[in-house]
Amino acid sequence: MQSLILTTATRLLVALLLVFSVYALLRGHNLPGGGFIGGLIGATAFILYTIATSVREAQAALRVDPANVAMLGVGVAGLAGLASGFVNEPFLTGQWLFLFAEDGGKGLPLSTVLMFDIGVYMAVFGGILTLVFALEQEI
Amino acid sequence: MSWLPVYPLIIPVMTAVLSYLFRNSPAGRWISVVGTVALLLASSMLMSEVLEEGVVVAQMSNWAAPFGITLAADLLGGVMVVITAITGLATVIYSLSEIPARLERLGFHALLQTLLFGVCGAFLTGDLFNLYVWFEVMLISSFGLLVLGGSREQLDGGIKYVTLNLVSTIMFLSGIALLYGVTGTLNMADLHLAVREVEDTGLLTTIAIMFLVAFGVKAALFPLFFWLPASYHTPPVAVSAIFAGLLTKVGVYALIRTFTLIFDQDVGYTHTIMLWMAVITMVTGVLGAAAMNDFRRILSFHIISQIGYMVLGLALYTPLGLMGAVFYLVHHIIVKANLFFVAGVAKRIAGSTDLSRIGGLYAHAPLLAFLFLIPAFSLAGFPPLSGFWAKYVVVKAALDLEMWVVAALSLAVGLLTIFSMTKIWGAAFWPDHPDGIKPRLSSLPIGDRVALMLPIVALAALTCIIGLFPEPFVQFAERAAQQLLDPTDYVTTVLGVRP
Repeated sequence: MQSLILTTATRLLVALLLVFSVYALLRGHNLPGGGFIGGLIGATAFILYTIATSVREAQAALRVDPANVAMLGVGVAGLAGLASGFVNEPFLTGQWLFLFAEDGGKGLPLSTVLMFDIGVYMAVFGGILTLVFALEQEI
Repeated sequence: MSWLPVYPLIIPVMTAVLSYLFRNSPAGRWISVVGTVALLLASSMLMSEVLEEGVVVAQMSNWAAPFGITLAADLLGGVMVVITAITGLATVIYSLSEIPARLERLGFHALLQTLLFGVCGAFLTGDLFNLYVWFEVMLISSFGLLVLGGSREQLDGGIKYVTLNLVSTIMFLSGIALLYGVTGTLNMADLHLAVREVEDTGLLTTIAIMFLVAFGVKAALFPLFFWLPASYHTPPVAVSAIFAGLLTKVGVYALIRTFTLIFDQDVGYTHTIMLWMAVITMVTGVLGAAAMNDFRRILSFHIISQIGYMVLGLALYTPLGLMGAVFYLVHHIIVKANLFFVAGVAKRIAGSTDLSRIGGLYAHAPLLAFLFLIPAFSLAGFPPLSGFWAKYVVVKAALDLEMWVVAALSLAVGLLTIFSMTKIWGAAFWPDHPDGIKPRLSSLPIGDRVALMLPIVALAALTCIIGLFPEPFVQFAERAAQQLLDPTDYVTTVLGVRP
């Protein structure tokens, strides 16, 4: 069923949701948010697009196989855990890099924790979309 | 602080990722092979470290126990990981020939590696809630493997499998919640100390029974085993083999771990229930096997009956009994996976696993017949194969406690095991094929023949080695049993109060 209102609103909402999902992901370290919920919000954007258009168009818009994204996410999370091995600390211990840090401040904190969260984001995003695409295709 | 317990987890995960990304090319399956070889190496390194240094512990993210997630390998956990890797490697090599490219494109190897990931995790974790997570990893990946390809029969078996396992999961989770409410910790080593402080021992026994039911479903104990014969004969043989080898044994492992480390308060009550569950499991399993008429179904029922022996060893709760349980666990994984592999080859060259529709294997494939006899006799407990020692120790432990009925029943079950093995022999190997087919191994392409026979030969050789030179294995099982009965080393190493 094509609905003009839904299709029009979707154009705006998809972009908003995708930006919001990245915001939720980045915010997640210290505040509510994180990779899991970010991935869900990101997947919602494409689910909305699927409902407004079709599975095929959503797949075309995504360009890559969501199952591959999910598996890559698992790999990214695993690599983030392995990074602590280089500094001889136990598996999954967070490693931090404070870019442009001036005395007292933390500058731009980059960490394996964030990388792990990005892995989770990809795994959830890809996993949910794989499921939804498979379910929608049956109909 | 060691990285060694981490490798058996991270290797299968990375292998799963890579083999999934390359699932459309032959590279995917070779990544799977290489990854499993790496897993075998890593687990052997872990094992040798455990043998030399005692319990090896890793605290994830550098959070000290009991607050973080602990990985801990003692002798039992270490040997189980090694056996997992061996079975995994055999299965991956076997599947090179058996699994069609269609299933590989659906992600067969990734699911298989995820299963190994879950199994290794369950053997290594030192945290009860984490154990639940590993069970979920195993459940999801095994469900995927079970229904991969999506035939009606597979879905039927898969639904039963998943439903009953979910019931077990809920039971397990409720038990965990109650235990946390009572003790305030879920780290297994910490629990070992915490349960001694609990005043309401009645509640503790109730929780113990919940765990017994939860793991009983996983291990296919009487009366909770129905899902197993309903599902194990449906998927590809490589999948049945790894399920038969590993999955139920994780349940037995979890029983051994929790009922030696945590629930040893009211042994007279919990272990007596377990004892009779084990005995009835043995008997019903073997009777079920005697009634079946399909190669893989007979073998499925045998798993149940053999699980009875292992749990019996635990339920007797003597050093000898536990030693028997450990020995049996290791022996059984090798033998059972091998029998399924043989069934798969028989299906491939003779066309079916239905015993009334195959035959002539002895006349035309004598090598296969010989390789069937080794695990079959070992399963039934013929000297000098590995099964003889396993059964001998368990029965001896029962006799030492003067449990004549239990000992007599377990010997009778051994006899009935031989009966159903002769049934397979008498139908599949001895008479001519009903359709006049001559099932020869040479009818298979050379590559397939190597991939199918190599795991069978290797596992049969392993059975013979354990059987002919049992001394180091028995000593090992004895040490593992001592460590289980006196977990001081485990507890102090995990909690970091090292001398």
